[in-house]
Amino acid sequence: MIEIDQISKLYAGKAAVDSVSMTVETGTITGIVGTSGSGKTTLLRMINRLVEPSSGEVRINGEPTSSLAPHILRRRIGYAIQGHGLFPHYTVARNIAAVPRLLGWSKDKIAARVDELLDLFSMEPSQFRDRYPAELSGGQQQRVGVARALASRPDLLLMDEPFGALDPIIRSRAQDDLRRIQRTLGSTIMLVTHDMEEAIHLGDQVAVMDAGRLVQHAAPAEIIRAPATDFVAEMVGGVERPLRLLSLIPVADITEDGPTDGEAIDPQTSLRDALAMCLWAGREALPVARPDAPPGRVTLDAIRARAADHQ
Amino acid sequence: MALPFLTLAANRIVAGEGVAAWRVGDLFVTGPGLIALVVGLALGLLSGREGLRLAGAALGLAGLLWLLSQGASNLIADAGDYARVSPGAGFWCLLVVVSLLAADALSNMSPGPMARGGLLIAALALIALVLTSGALSELSIMREYTSRQDAFRDATLRHLGLAFGSLAAAALIGLPLGVWAHRRAPLRQGLLPVLSFLQTIPSLAMFGIMIPLLGWVGDSVPGAQALGIAGIGFAPAFLALVFYSLLPVVANTVAGLQSTPAATREAARGMGMTEGQRLIRVELPIGLPVILAGIRIVLVQNIGLAVIAGLIGGGGYGTFVFQGLNQTATDLILLGALPTVALAVVAAILMDILVELAQPTAETAR
Repeated sequence: MIEIDQISKLYAGKAAVDSVSMTVETGTITGIVGTSGSGKTTLLRMINRLVEPSSGEVRINGEPTSSLAPHILRRRIGYAIQGHGLFPHYTVARNIAAVPRLLGWSKDKIAARVDELLDLFSMEPSQFRDRYPAELSGGQQQRVGVARALASRPDLLLMDEPFGALDPIIRSRAQDDLRRIQRTLGSTIMLVTHDMEEAIHLGDQVAVMDAGRLVQHAAPAEIIRAPATDFVAEMVGGVERPLRLLSLIPVADITEDGPTDGEAIDPQTSLRDALAMCLWAGREALPVARPDAPPGRVTLDAIRARAADHQ
Repeated sequence: MALPFLTLAANRIVAGEGVAAWRVGDLFVTGPGLIALVVGLALGLLSGREGLRLAGAALGLAGLLWLLSQGASNLIADAGDYARVSPGAGFWCLLVVVSLLAADALSNMSPGPMARGGLLIAALALIALVLTSGALSELSIMREYTSRQDAFRDATLRHLGLAFGSLAAAALIGLPLGVWAHRRAPLRQGLLPVLSFLQTIPSLAMFGIMIPLLGWVGDSVPGAQALGIAGIGFAPAFLALVFYSLLPVVANTVAGLQSTPAATREAARGMGMTEGQRLIRVELPIGLPVILAGIRIVLVQNIGLAVIAGLIGGGGYGTFVFQGLNQTATDLILLGALPTVALAVVAAILMDILVELAQPTAETAR
């Protein structure tokens, strides 16, 4: 558990981060969203003390971060940034091994961990281990950057716009990968982004920052359903709110019995995608596969009812 | 080719008389040489066939050497005791053409660093072989050498000592200074202008300034003279070279250390590397090619500048150059100048190989 307690950062008397408190549960992803200058990156950098807080405290599993030397603290916290920051003169394996080497792991243990992570990120170890970052595509570099941040099984992974430099298609694939890997490893992740879509898509919790203050910290559905301020409402994107809400709900939630023609869709498909399929095909209902029963269906009426069911 | 190939003079001072390439001997002397030269140059015209062009250059070079060696002994045979034979404008022009041909063919073949090292060793061995074989011993420059063998050896050692010693001293001072300046922006902004000011002092003036300065030190600091510190000689020359070396060393060290991408530096800090670890593991290896490029500049520059040290009694090849200038003995000047050029070229090639080996990234790893 990560506890951020009344933390502030003053630059020339002006608060870049103003008395922020929040708690992050172990094994969850928290998306920190805000416009540029909202203090979200400063907040993140105060957690691994790349920026020293002016006041307040951060505790990781009850232990204040100020009780360790900064470089020792940082070896326990993964850090992945925009533009990956890989070492150009190290191979992929050596890059991933950077923190374990700092921690003095044995050679065998490091080699095993490197291969394990490459496998996890769907990069064939024998093929990628000895390559240099310059020989990788942007998406591969980004994956190595995240693998490096996870190498020492850190208590916490901090990510600052990790997908900012990727094109939209690679970016959404990278997001799905991160989600999958986070589920597999049970990592605790705090991720800074300016993209509300990304925060909603990835986050178990979303924290919205505005002018140095934390204006709302809640589950994505809650943020969409009940924005705390006009700013949050604007970030959520007024007219798109119903669609964003639908994007969080799987069709399995409102699948009902009943026959429908056509090929059954996956029960984890979001209602937004199901809606789009209905509209595109001009249909009133879609068949939904069910693991332990014959296919059911999801109807346009049910989706409409669910979208209106937020009051 | 129409320019005089060799010049024949009555003694080492007077201006010589030119002899064209086809007049340096009878047909048995000129025939093979001229044919080799013409065939070699013709081969050199074949574009795209780099191996053949290189062979052509080698053949042309062999022809030149043949004409030089045979022609020299031929001409000197029926001239007086004090007569001297030197390579003329024609020889030098042809040598340049053939060397350019070889260099162009080689650069198109783009050999790797190891192959270049091998080629360099082979070329040096070949030159040593030709010089020691006595084939060129009739040439005036070799006669100047024969009469000064001991002095030449001393000058070589002194020249190397000046060039490499000043480089070592500059590296010892400049590398830490560069690291320090990299860390502290105010120091960097103050230091680099001062160093570039030192660099702008003309070399002769710099050596001149050293004379009263070190003369005063030698006179007033006890024990300084015992260490050889005086207004003229090795010490002022050495110090001046060190001053000239500082800017390239410090500036390239700073530039090399700064060349680490910002995101990489941030990541290194964020993963818990200490300042020292970041320097040793990240910034220095990434900056090494740039730092070595600075060392290369200094080495080549100092090999050349050390010639001027001859003027203030610093020794080295400059001694021959200035003696030759005073006596208007061209070949004595060349005895100082040619080894200097050769030394600089060899140093430059070696350092280029090192710079390339220092880049452990994708381009050279394959």
